[in-house]
Amino acid sequence: MLLPIAALVLRSFHLSWAELWALATNQRACAAYKLSLTASLAAALINAIFGSLLAWVLIRYRFPGRRLLDGLVDFPFALPTAVAGLTLANLFAAHGWLGQFLVPIGIRGAFTPLGVVIALTFVGLPFAVRTLQPVLENLDRGVEEAAACLGASRLRTFASVIAPTLFPTILTGFGLSFARALGEYGSIKFISGNLPSTEIAPVLMVARLDQYDYTGAIAVALVLMVFSFALLFTLNWVQGWAAKFQQP
Amino acid sequence: MTQPPASPQRLITPPSTQENPVVKWILIAVAGGFAALFLLLPLINVFAQAFAGGWAPYWKAVTDRDTGSAIRLTFLVAAISVPLNVAFGLAASWAIAKFNFRGKAVLLTFIDLPFSVSPVVAGLLFVLLFGANGLFGDWLAAHHLKIIFALPGIVLATIFVTFPYVARELIPIMQDQGSEQEEAALTLGASGWQTFWLVTVPSVKWGLLYGIILCNSRAMGEFGAVEVVSGHIAGQTDTLPLRVDKLYNEFDPVAPFAVATLLAFLALATLCVKLFLEWKSRDEA
Repeated sequence: MLLPIAALVLRSFHLSWAELWALATNQRACAAYKLSLTASLAAALINAIFGSLLAWVLIRYRFPGRRLLDGLVDFPFALPTAVAGLTLANLFAAHGWLGQFLVPIGIRGAFTPLGVVIALTFVGLPFAVRTLQPVLENLDRGVEEAAACLGASRLRTFASVIAPTLFPTILTGFGLSFARALGEYGSIKFISGNLPSTEIAPVLMVARLDQYDYTGAIAVALVLMVFSFALLFTLNWVQGWAAKFQQP
Repeated sequence: MTQPPASPQRLITPPSTQENPVVKWILIAVAGGFAALFLLLPLINVFAQAFAGGWAPYWKAVTDRDTGSAIRLTFLVAAISVPLNVAFGLAASWAIAKFNFRGKAVLLTFIDLPFSVSPVVAGLLFVLLFGANGLFGDWLAAHHLKIIFALPGIVLATIFVTFPYVARELIPIMQDQGSEQEEAALTLGASGWQTFWLVTVPSVKWGLLYGIILCNSRAMGEFGAVEVVSGHIAGQTDTLPLRVDKLYNEFDPVAPFAVATLLAFLALATLCVKLFLEWKSRDEA
């Protein structure tokens, strides 16, 4: 495990830093990081909102089809990302089931940055839901009853009692789905259509590797690793913070 | 027949710990609608597109010679990498949960590493190690060994990305159970191996099975890491996901979806086994 990373660093030491820096920060690379970060952020935000809603509905309500819905949440986790990208690109293309309604009104979900966001949302959704579910299940209902007995409306209880308690966990789920999105490659390869405007960092890395530009690929890989380690440390910190909220 | 008496709770106005039913059903509808549109529709679409031309083109794509070799390669890669990761996952989680030793935190971080590194970066690491210009490239060439653009590379990349699944599943279960049972077994005269196989492994069997199916589903479906090391030689180093990609790039309207249905069946089977395991472990608890 240590060896591959050591090799990567070693390789990069054989090169001059100026060359590496130039390849890591040229215009094409910067555009790719920018799209990677903004699209992953957008996807993680959508997942934080809809993922929390899904977790809430699955834990708090009983309705027909609940078990099916619960099983469906794991679907992006079980489905190979290549298949996800393939079917999403087809759904949102001009002749696809959703695209035939969306494209005429100007919403292009395939081969655009929006498509990248859609695919990243799909792959990250289980992380947001599955992180929140156990915490929501163990949430002390007594606190809500106390708030209600003190005369708080349901909305007030939700906004001032439930939401603040859940916030650190939602943030953790947000971070996990953000991390997943930053490294995603398979589904993007299909839905991005290999256009310069939809190139995210992992796609750029593979494109450089395909042209035997090892130095260029290493430069992007190093930046990606810096991103993911920074995120990992932030997440560890957030989880520690969230754990404090779970203590009775 | 007499009417049952109204339950006393119905007579007292309950404090508002429940949402208004209208709000409740709106939330359910939005969540369900989102899931149907975003999760169910893509799945249905795979099958709809695959069978758009009827059975004949579907059957032709699935029974194609290169698809056949992709199926065999995918199963072969999973058959090698999953058992290795099961052995490792069992050993690592056992060590972490039952013993205290120096470097435990480091081991835990390493187990999580593949989750935080992009699969394509993982693939690149192996190319840099074993590729023609890699660290061991000259040595491998001198001994006529081929790792990158061949089966060993695909297996290595798959092992790397599926590394955490079994261990991550087992560590919390083993930690929950503590080591009293093992201590009892050892006190009663069981050997270390007997304790491990007859006490530890059976007590985590559902978690272990769950870890195995997750590991297997990822091993068969991995795209990024495998693509970087495979070299795309049709009929030789194309796994099923790579085969889907190749057919997609040939602008074939049916074939990529037909091959994708095989992977979708894998996903559905994984979910079914998962539901069964959840039901089974709840049953025993």
